[in-house]
Amino acid sequence: MKHHRISLRVPAQPEYLALVRMVIAGTARIEPILDDERVDDLRVIVSEACTNAIEALRERGSDPSTAAITIECHLTDDAVELVVADEGGGFDPGGLDVLPEVTDPSRLRIERGLGIPLIRALSDESEITSGPEGTQVRVVLQATEPPAV
Amino acid sequence: MIELGLELSERDGWAVLAVSGEVDVATAPRLRERLVGLVGEGRTRIVVDLEKVDFIDSTGLGVLVGALKRVRTNEGDLALVCTGPRILKVFEITGLTKVFAIHRTVDEATLAG
Repeated sequence: MKHHRISLRVPAQPEYLALVRMVIAGTARIEPILDDERVDDLRVIVSEACTNAIEALRERGSDPSTAAITIECHLTDDAVELVVADEGGGFDPGGLDVLPEVTDPSRLRIERGLGIPLIRALSDESEITSGPEGTQVRVVLQATEPPAV
Repeated sequence: MIELGLELSERDGWAVLAVSGEVDVATAPRLRERLVGLVGEGRTRIVVDLEKVDFIDSTGLGVLVGALKRVRTNEGDLALVCTGPRILKVFEITGLTKVFAIHRTVDEATLAG
């Protein structure tokens, strides 16, 4: 079984997000096990996870010149696994506010909170572990079935 | 620095803001600032044209939700133009297709208003 693994450690600053998305999408295309739509899903997932990490580190008051995020991407024959980890203050993944229904006018008061639902919806498996030492987001995207001939 | 294009034009009484590039936590503050500025100038009928947006995540969605709230508070409206499947997908997953009027063209958006 083939296995590629890349690891990135980038400063926890918004300006690095586009670079991270580009590297992760490029890595996923080394072995074309995901179609273009699923690679786009992976770009959204990594962007959401890194944004949460940047905000967690900012809220913790970490020095932005030294705080970092680690991103690992594993490719095998049948899946892409992505792990994003930070050393922020953590949060309770089970304690997230439930968003009002989209048709509820009060929904417009909520400008945040869409990131984790997006991560969960776009991945085949997702696991978020969080504690005082930081948060780790792990997702798996299964290989895209080849189109029927 | 990622480039975020913001080009403002006028169409039938609507302010049309054409956005290009990638909208994420790095660039979304510029989009927010522009939209808040428009509402501050009394421009409360706004079309945001996303046709040239290559990427948007929840930070960008949040800015659009915030702008919709502001224009509605001022008895205005905000419509989107978007046909790209990768951008529409994030609106669909988050349920925001039920919150925003999403049109295929700027003409369609201004006529619908």
